[in-house]
Amino acid sequence: MATWTWFHKLSSPPHFYRIAGKMIPWYAIPAAILIVLGIYGGLFSAPADYQQGEAFRIIYVHAPAAWLSLMCYTTMAVAAAVGLIWRIKLAHALAAATAPIGASFALLCLATGSLWGRPMWGTWWEWDARLTSQLILFFLYLGYMALRSAYDDLTRADRASAVLAIVGVVNVPIIHFSVNWWNSLHQGSTVIRKGGPAMPPSMLIPLLMCFAGFTLLYAALACVRVRAEVLQRERNATWLKELGAG
Amino acid sequence: MTPRRKRLFAIAGILAGVGLATAVALKAFDNNLQYFYDPSEVVAGKAPLDKSIRVGGMVTKGSVERKPGSLEVQFLITDFAQSVKISYTGVLPDLFREGQGIIAHGRLHDGVFVADEVLAKHDEKYMPPEVAKSLKKPVPPAPEGRT
Repeated sequence: MATWTWFHKLSSPPHFYRIAGKMIPWYAIPAAILIVLGIYGGLFSAPADYQQGEAFRIIYVHAPAAWLSLMCYTTMAVAAAVGLIWRIKLAHALAAATAPIGASFALLCLATGSLWGRPMWGTWWEWDARLTSQLILFFLYLGYMALRSAYDDLTRADRASAVLAIVGVVNVPIIHFSVNWWNSLHQGSTVIRKGGPAMPPSMLIPLLMCFAGFTLLYAALACVRVRAEVLQRERNATWLKELGAG
Repeated sequence: MTPRRKRLFAIAGILAGVGLATAVALKAFDNNLQYFYDPSEVVAGKAPLDKSIRVGGMVTKGSVERKPGSLEVQFLITDFAQSVKISYTGVLPDLFREGQGIIAHGRLHDGVFVADEVLAKHDEKYMPPEVAKSLKKPVPPAPEGRT
């Protein structure tokens, strides 16, 4: 199985530690550039919306945060499944490292959504399907992190939390399709939509920059956090001692 | 079967089971998950009377009547098939206007929906005001809600 050698090589902690360290600036720098350009474009260059006026600009934080909260959960669940099936500790490390990032973005999404809902809809919070399922996502992240910290033994923490992550992934399509399946206060998707994005390029381009920038930001943060996880897990390994000595 | 394959099937099985259970549960609770009833459902008698519910639809053009000297307002909402009359006393959200999608919370009483809260709903379309003006739609916008 020659095709799998890169996979096994990547899953070896020393190798990954080195690669991830090298990758950080390659993710972080474009992320910073894209986020600055995207936010600037969204807040200053893009025209105001015909019905929401200036208030719609919160979309440049809200929608990328929502996307990241879903992408992080999916990443976490896939990594947890890989960790369980192939017994790869690095995959569990990735899942564990992703959870707080995803939780932060889920919280950011809920907070900005609430700030947006008050002036536009007339309410901070409503129990509609989209809002409720997103809140459940946030609680799944918290539950995942709490479950991990409840075990002293890392292997058991990895396995128990992986099952929770995998079971919770059913919520991801529910969040995405909630606005189509049920009547809801929240509107449908603007970008991923039949008939193309419902936005002119002057609004859409900064938004896409924010999506890309936030995604790269996740990649950079994940590299930093997985390296920290690896250090903690491999603290007694000889390769680390050699790295420290050399 | 290798242990690895066994774990793969176990996880696939768990996921399929949980997914199926969730789908069945959501299907069973479908009506409770609907955030609001649309006017057709109200007219067809599917919405309960004198119970706290929500209705949603577009504010019919030219139907908004304000009572002078009070905050009381009456208007029709429509899903372009049926309409429901709404009566509300209070401050309306900024986005409230004729032709806008709204959601009202309240009770159905004697054929009138007495609202205690009115929320504005907006669609997923964004555009600059100039474009919106030049579009000045000859066709009515698609009904809100299920798309």
